Amino acid sequence: MKRFLKSRMLKKLLANPLSLIGIVLIIFFTAIAVGAPWLAKPVYGNHYIIPRDGFTSTPNPPSAEHLFGTTQGQYDIYYGIIWGTRTAFRVGLIVVAFIVLIGVLIGSISGFYGGVIDEVMMRVTDIFLTFPFLVAAMVLVVVLGKSLNHVMIAMIVFGWMGYARVIRGDILSIKENDYVSAARAVGASDVRIIFRHVLPNAIYPIFVMATMDIGAMVLTAAGLSFLGLGSPVGYADWGQMISFARNWILGTHGNALQYWYTVIYPGMAIVLFVLGWNLVGDAFRDILDPRMRGSR
Amino acid sequence: MLTFIIRRVLILPIILFGVTLLIFGMTCLINPYQRLSIYVTNPAALKGGPEAMQRLIHKYGLDRPVWDQYYSWLVKVLHGNLGRSESARMPVTEALGKFLPATVELVFYSAWPVVLLGIWLGYISATHQDSPIDHVTRLMAITGWALPIFVLGLVLLMIFYGVLGWFPPGRLSLWARQYVQSSAWHTYTGLYTFDAILNGNGRILLDALRHLVLPVITLSYASWALILRIMRSSMLETLRQDYVTTARAKGLVESIVLKKHARRNALIPVATISGLMIFTMLGGVVLTETIFDIHGMGRFAAQAAIQIDIPTIMGFALFFGLIMVFANLLVDISYGFLDPRVRLE
Repeated sequence: MKRFLKSRMLKKLLANPLSLIGIVLIIFFTAIAVGAPWLAKPVYGNHYIIPRDGFTSTPNPPSAEHLFGTTQGQYDIYYGIIWGTRTAFRVGLIVVAFIVLIGVLIGSISGFYGGVIDEVMMRVTDIFLTFPFLVAAMVLVVVLGKSLNHVMIAMIVFGWMGYARVIRGDILSIKENDYVSAARAVGASDVRIIFRHVLPNAIYPIFVMATMDIGAMVLTAAGLSFLGLGSPVGYADWGQMISFARNWILGTHGNALQYWYTVIYPGMAIVLFVLGWNLVGDAFRDILDPRMRGSR
Repeated sequence: MLTFIIRRVLILPIILFGVTLLIFGMTCLINPYQRLSIYVTNPAALKGGPEAMQRLIHKYGLDRPVWDQYYSWLVKVLHGNLGRSESARMPVTEALGKFLPATVELVFYSAWPVVLLGIWLGYISATHQDSPIDHVTRLMAITGWALPIFVLGLVLLMIFYGVLGWFPPGRLSLWARQYVQSSAWHTYTGLYTFDAILNGNGRILLDALRHLVLPVITLSYASWALILRIMRSSMLETLRQDYVTTARAKGLVESIVLKKHARRNALIPVATISGLMIFTMLGGVVLTETIFDIHGMGRFAAQAAIQIDIPTIMGFALFFGLIMVFANLLVDISYGFLDPRVRLE
């Protein structure tokens, strides 16, 4: 049955041109992340440090030696994008894994037990939801100190609420089902009921949200890096590479687009990465949402 | 309806209490020396080396138990004292007031066109499902969600300022800035477009609008992409309801079925999302203002963040928290008006 669903899902995913593009993009970036040591030979012991070719501030255009050119300070853009892919995967996957875990835990407890526990937990969720995500993460990073790990921690602290709410809502409706009462009647424990009977039925929306959030988290992390709150200077990180480009968007007189490569290459990397996850997430939703089933 | 509103308002103090607790909790993560800067408004008081600092730490009770500190911090905040902003060289409250108008102006011009455009495109997309129009708008919506503000902003600047020279960054051109600071200009709201109308000055109005075009597009793109998506799926769902089939079956004109029966109901989820859009926008303000060099709260906060100006960033968080709490309340109440089921929840 499971295999059947999987194969049917895969068929649907491949049938839709948009989700097909998404899958291709994710496979493409996975290949880059895996193949990074071969695609861009590391120079330093820490592979994430982008090699520099001199210290001149003016960016240099793409050449045989620097495929995508260099940014200000002569950081190699090609190297930064290749290894930045690993950074993006790391940030996206770790942050989403944690926020799903925390959100599902809080949401299930809240929904399953109800009453005072539910009330308290949902008010706490409301309070965390009060701040715009980027602003909240920014404030926490400032307090913790600038670093990529702190950016991830900050995003985890302020990222779980959506999952908690969705899971809680689903559990509230699922828990009224007969099969849950039946499980309880035969003496199943709370933990068993939550994990065996309730969660598997509430997990689909979480799955869709998580797929989309991988892109969203990478986007926010890049935004914080762009503001100068993320990784140290010279670390392979897409957001930081774009912040390097900020001073060079104007070019020289008569050649306004002279430094286009400083924005376009790292920008493309971010857009395509996030787009890939969004397209796949979108397709998952259309396939998994029973209300949408049969609408096409 | 009244009980619904009262219930929502009664939760308000709890939420506000939680918000202050959360912000205070974050400040507790830093050491007392840094935290001192949140309390001291006069920079001269910080001079005098470690002993003076110790004395101040004692004076403000930073060596006392946490709940004690929370109470005195809260009293201080309620008196409007948020400490001194090192990056703006003035008290934080004053700085927030000074930078607020630019942000309000930006958000104002970004918000309402987005809602209208998003709803309209989502409606078109849903009524022409799987047609080329649908594919194009969906693609635009999905890229909108994937396109980072800072990439879009820089590319727009590159093209429309660098190459074409149409829309410069900043809030006003140099000549306009000088005029605004002269005595011929009366500041009513601090929003240049509004003030220009009130002053009856068309040239300033045009100049201010010219500077707003790119930031508004940058800030709103992601939001209208979101609204478009919600509107589309909500409309598609509504179109599959029985009452729509009934309306069609009894021979109503299709445009009336779509506009009167389906669209009105499809708008309900869009209303909530429009409220939530403020979240996305206030977050985006930080990046947009930084890119376009608009001296508003977002850019102020970003600069404070880079300089680790703790009082500013905390004051900013508190201020944003307050705005959001009240915005949420308004959204909840208006949602109650739109959808009777919510009131009974």
